[in-house]
Amino acid sequence: MAARVIVTTSGKGGVGKTTSTANIAAALAKFGKKVVAVDADVGLRNLDVIMGLENRVVYNFIDVIEKTCKMSAALVKDKRVPGLYLLPAAQTRTKDAVNPEQMIALCEELKPDFDFVLLDCPAGIEGGFKNAAAGADEALVVTTPEIPAVRDADRIIGMLESMGKSPIRLIINRLRPNMVQDGDMLAKDDILDVLSIDLIGVVPEDESVIRSTNNGEPMTMTLDSPAAHAYLNIAERLLGHDVPLMDLESYATRGIVSRIKKFFSGKKKR
Amino acid sequence: MDFLKKFFGGGKETSGQVAKDRLRIVLIHDRTDISPQLLDSLRDEIVEVLTKYMDIDTNKIEIDLDRDEKAVALVANIPVLRIKRGSIEMQ
Repeated sequence: MAARVIVTTSGKGGVGKTTSTANIAAALAKFGKKVVAVDADVGLRNLDVIMGLENRVVYNFIDVIEKTCKMSAALVKDKRVPGLYLLPAAQTRTKDAVNPEQMIALCEELKPDFDFVLLDCPAGIEGGFKNAAAGADEALVVTTPEIPAVRDADRIIGMLESMGKSPIRLIINRLRPNMVQDGDMLAKDDILDVLSIDLIGVVPEDESVIRSTNNGEPMTMTLDSPAAHAYLNIAERLLGHDVPLMDLESYATRGIVSRIKKFFSGKKKR
Repeated sequence: MDFLKKFFGGGKETSGQVAKDRLRIVLIHDRTDISPQLLDSLRDEIVEVLTKYMDIDTNKIEIDLDRDEKAVALVANIPVLRIKRGSIEMQ
């Protein structure tokens, strides 16, 4: 095996990098791949909590880099899905505890044993981002349909391109189909027009994301929500399968008032 | 009918459209936001090329990015003292 190393990044914080990493990792493992999700957010680790593995963390990847422990001791095996592993970040250290060369070496060490290495990148464009991106070949850029998130995504895409990452693909997260229909939210195509990169998936706004975080169980493990299906589709597309985009409009619940409004305002449906 | 349209917000630009337009302009500016160092080295190289062909007043050169709502232009004002004889003969 020689793993594909993919960094999940966004520039802006809070758009769903960690949630995306956890769900895509779990989905890929469900497809029978051997996957390790690496929390590259040193000092502010959260991937362990999102994956529900926080109680099983003993060592972290800084320990591996500093040779305090072996890689096999730091890897946390997820018992719910075969082939899914977490490599945690150190919580009591800072981003300066590691440099890009060490991250590259870490990824090289993981590559032979996995099909996928997913790096969960911290927000920002400084050291933490550069470290995480250094080890990766490919990138997933997460954005939400809001100006600040898209703007930061544009900046990050520029940096990833100059670092030679390829392919760089976009996840549009937390889209509200009924707001898009009403013309009150940036549409998928509006975002793709300005960023001009390939789209790998659109994840609808979904309350089950919060429930899944509460429970520490990635949605793609249970698959009972629109967001879970969106992430499963993204995983399939990563595997090279041609999966059509979900019909998000069918998730848009329309009330009688908004229909009347729409009739009179003559807004075009997108 | 018109008052109904007005009442339900017809004809008004949607906030999604406003966001799209604002985003486009923000990105035009971001993507051309270059550092003073980069502008300096751009200036030096332009001067280097120009001086092969003409004598220019290097003290009075103005190079900057001119931004308006929709587009960005590189505007240079470079006073020419004289064209070098050699470069005319090359034509």
